[in-house]
Amino acid sequence: MVDVRSGIGEALPPPEVEDVELYHPHSWWTKYVFSQDAKIIAIQYATTAIAIGMVALVLSWLMRLQLGFPGTFDFIDADAYYQFITMHGMIMVIYLLTALFLGGFGNYLIPLMVGARDMVFPYANMLSYWIYLLAVLVLVASFFAPGGPTGAGWTLYPPQAVLSGTPGGKDWGIILMLASLIIFIIGFTMGGLNYVVTVLQGRARGMTLMRLPLTVWGIFTATVMALLAFPALFVACVMMLFDRLLGTSFFMPAIVEMGEQLQHGGGSPILFQHLFWFFGHPEVYIVALPAFGIVSDLISTHARKNIFGYRMMVWAIVIIGGLSFIVWAHHMYVSGMNPYFGFFFATTTLIIAVPTAIKVYNWVLTLWRGNIHLTLPMLFALGFIVTFVNGGLTGLFLGNVVVDVPLSDTMFVVAHFHMVMGVAPIMVIFGAIYHWYPKMTGRMLNEALGQIHFWVTFLGAYLIFFPMHYVGLVGVPRRYYELGEMAFVQDSVHSLNAFISVMALIVGAAQIVFLFNLAWSVRHGRDAGGNPWRATTLEWQTPETPPAHGNWGKELPVVYRWAYDYSVPGAAEDFIPQNQPTPGLVTHEASS
Amino acid sequence: MSVAVIFLALVAAIIVWWLAQQRLASRPWLEVGHVYDRRSGAPLPAAKIGLGVFLGVVGALFSLAISAYFMRMASSDWGSLPLPALLWVNTAVLAVGSITLHLAKMETKRRNDEATRTALLAALATGLAFLVGQLFAWRELTAAGYLLAGNPANSFFYLLTGMHGLHIVGGLVALGRLTLRAWGGPLDRRMRLTVELCAIYWHFMLFVWLVLFALFSGWASDVVDFCRQLLT
Repeated sequence: MVDVRSGIGEALPPPEVEDVELYHPHSWWTKYVFSQDAKIIAIQYATTAIAIGMVALVLSWLMRLQLGFPGTFDFIDADAYYQFITMHGMIMVIYLLTALFLGGFGNYLIPLMVGARDMVFPYANMLSYWIYLLAVLVLVASFFAPGGPTGAGWTLYPPQAVLSGTPGGKDWGIILMLASLIIFIIGFTMGGLNYVVTVLQGRARGMTLMRLPLTVWGIFTATVMALLAFPALFVACVMMLFDRLLGTSFFMPAIVEMGEQLQHGGGSPILFQHLFWFFGHPEVYIVALPAFGIVSDLISTHARKNIFGYRMMVWAIVIIGGLSFIVWAHHMYVSGMNPYFGFFFATTTLIIAVPTAIKVYNWVLTLWRGNIHLTLPMLFALGFIVTFVNGGLTGLFLGNVVVDVPLSDTMFVVAHFHMVMGVAPIMVIFGAIYHWYPKMTGRMLNEALGQIHFWVTFLGAYLIFFPMHYVGLVGVPRRYYELGEMAFVQDSVHSLNAFISVMALIVGAAQIVFLFNLAWSVRHGRDAGGNPWRATTLEWQTPETPPAHGNWGKELPVVYRWAYDYSVPGAAEDFIPQNQPTPGLVTHEASS
Repeated sequence: MSVAVIFLALVAAIIVWWLAQQRLASRPWLEVGHVYDRRSGAPLPAAKIGLGVFLGVVGALFSLAISAYFMRMASSDWGSLPLPALLWVNTAVLAVGSITLHLAKMETKRRNDEATRTALLAALATGLAFLVGQLFAWRELTAAGYLLAGNPANSFFYLLTGMHGLHIVGGLVALGRLTLRAWGGPLDRRMRLTVELCAIYWHFMLFVWLVLFALFSGWASDVVDFCRQLLT
């Protein structure tokens, strides 16, 4: 099907992709606010996501204050505690991680990395951001609504989510939460269509799928998964909204509340759990796959070595994406399901460990004998590998039904998922920001502040979540506002809880250093030049830094090689950009 | 969740089929130089791929809702809902709309602008008629005492027809804008593409409606029962 030949002495093939007509902004408003430029939209997405993420960070502080020093703070009562938990979880998973990886990095990197001028549907892309912002505002509004935000837990399980015992259940909290999720999903779908179609149709000449950087593979696969998984959450939210507002009984069983028989009857809470986790488990990988992709590129660039097993990495991404749709019920082992189902889902869960382990080995083998530069992106990438392996191993424990049943609903689970899908992806986000910030602004982030940020965050996160595994193993339940006097809770648990809380405060405070660095370096950072990391991928080869509207000046780039030509023997430099033809080098013919 | 899993398996099959043509087994590190992609014919327009992906999302949405329908159906409080005869008429109207749009697409190929405009207008009218018909069906049911919260069967009926109706409304907005532009001047390449996209969307929504209709009339559950018997 495809010929690959040397670049010299041959006329260029006609463009496979027609040059798109770009929308040209006429005013400051259409250039920087209602912008249709994916790079501006990316920064809008990222700023909003980080802002709401800071709210979630403060909520986690408040939770930890209660857990570490119970009874000390009057303003944290049980209701408030549940509201903090719920909003912390929901914001971090959906409004921060999903929005930042796909809306932020997806928008910035996809057009640049595949060599396109912009996303294929720029108008829908702009709408996507504004709808996302609306979703965030609706979510924030629930903090100020009567009764406060919902306290149903981020999983929003009915029937408790819509009952009066749960904060926000009979007030505005749950309604605003569900509405916000529905709006988010509509906005995401608009963006997601863009990301997928841009990768499919917008690639520059010569950019075959197997020449895509792994970052694009990760974001692309995650977007496809999100497009298929979010409808499950959408359906679940609409049905629960019907139950809450219109008195239907999709999920609500016959129930007595405050001595009163409710109108509902016959509904199935388990049905909600199926729908929720049908979305919820792929969601883990929607966050993880972009992180996998980005970290592969960071490691390869900063170890000056090609990625080990590129093909295997691509296959693993696709296989993980596929498998993650048939493991959802491992979140429901304790829901009383048929043991054969449990067996099936435990098996599929453990199978996912195979492609994931391949990826980890390949990262390590890429580092092996690489010329490792301990730059900030590299430090965060290494931090990611360590935390991810750690969280992944406890995942193997929890994937087994017999181990999961006693550990379910303990702090062990909390420690596990924070390691694997909290700290690990956040490490990648930080690494990616340190890596691509020079392209976005033309300036480097401050190195010393970055070192402080990394070491406090990395070691601190370990000191938070490592002891938490132990707390969970001795049986401390999660979601409890207060432990009180329980025979099985040793004194060590209380002192550990206090320790964890102090560490959480410190790690949270370290993020202020990071935010300061982001703001300060825009004006005062060291000048970065066009390609400070001497990287091969297309985004570093733009004629201007930061890239102008349309990205590529007059002519679209032409791609001659894969994304990982680092330290090629005989080459003049230790990297060869993807758009650099090599005179006289003839390679094999790969026609079918 | 079997309906959703079957739908996903279908999507997965399409993805695998597509990936199989992408030389995933090639060794990119050895292949330096120009790549000639000798695909036959012109590449598909981005809007068409975009619509295809969007229909995948819509398909996931409805298959998940239908999964929920079957799971909820298993409980004992499930009543039945007499389907108004009007739904047959609505089905016919929607099918006529689908055929009309197909004709419009054929006419764009023949560059017959006049006939395309007429067909677009007719399709718009059938779409509106379908929506009005659905509203009358709702009124008929509520008048007969089948209220939304009365029984899960009713709830699902209103939920699913409502979701389908909203998708038709969205389609009508696109179709309405296209019709306005088509009556404003000669059809250009983009408008002809949009006619085709509207036709594809309408066929898909007709298919979804036929599945939903089969569901409400009980044939779908008969088929499912039959399949279960085959398996056990």
